[in-house]
Amino acid sequence: MTGPNLPAYLLIAGMLFAIGALGVLIRRSPLIILLSLEIMLNGANLALIAFSRHVGNHSGQIFALAVMAVAASEVVIGLGLIVAMARRRLVLDVDLLTTLRG
Amino acid sequence: MSAEDVLVWIVWVVAAFACLGSGIAVVSFSNPFYSALSLIGNLGSLAVLFLLLSAEFVAAAQVLIYAGSVMVMFLFVIAYLGGRVDTPWAGGPSWQAVAAVTAAAALLAEIVLAIGLKAGGRLADQAAIPDNFGSPAQIGRIFLDEHLLAFEITSVVLLVAAVGGVILGTRPEDEDVSGVQP
Repeated sequence: MTGPNLPAYLLIAGMLFAIGALGVLIRRSPLIILLSLEIMLNGANLALIAFSRHVGNHSGQIFALAVMAVAASEVVIGLGLIVAMARRRLVLDVDLLTTLRG
Repeated sequence: MSAEDVLVWIVWVVAAFACLGSGIAVVSFSNPFYSALSLIGNLGSLAVLFLLLSAEFVAAAQVLIYAGSVMVMFLFVIAYLGGRVDTPWAGGPSWQAVAAVTAAAALLAEIVLAIGLKAGGRLADQAAIPDNFGSPAQIGRIFLDEHLLAFEITSVVLLVAAVGGVILGTRPEDEDVSGVQP
């Protein structure tokens, strides 16, 4: 297989992770925070699969599939929480949710 | 450089830039609907990168599960909540935004430094792989052979998430029904 080797993929993975972290830190809507979390998880997935290709071992791909399942579960719970918040007419802004003294 | 090599590089550059650009778009759009749509582009271009890494099954799962079902769920919830616009850069204490950008930039610098320090050594030589590396048959066999426990635990995680979703979605009896949005 030709093309770029591992450091190029790792650089893209790291940049995706940093973009996702920026989104989690800077946005206040919980929906966008969940979307940015997906970007972070996908950056980690890309690094896992790049290493799997580099080493020639399938375990990284299995790990990436497990991460996908965990991400799907996280989206189910996160969206359920957001819908529950909206039903109670709470403002969808993580800075204003201070009932738990967070 | 052979013609195939050039083609792979072109595909890689296009997919990588699409991936990073749509990631930045997710973070910077003020309308959550557009953010979700850009995330679909991000996941699609990541699937192309996975294909270049000969992870065919993971790329297919990425498109089916992520860009398909998960994003449909996101779009449904965004449609249910209505288009609430949340401006990303304005409003709120500005030191928070400055600290967030600084933290993300520090994270990126750390990652780039760590990769750059190691890029010349063992990271440069790739292992040789068979032609059917990452094919659905291979992944399926390994899932049911070497990683059976991980497979079963994944199913339990998904079951717990489904139960949690049902519990969160069920309306408690004491909740004010008039609070339900039309």
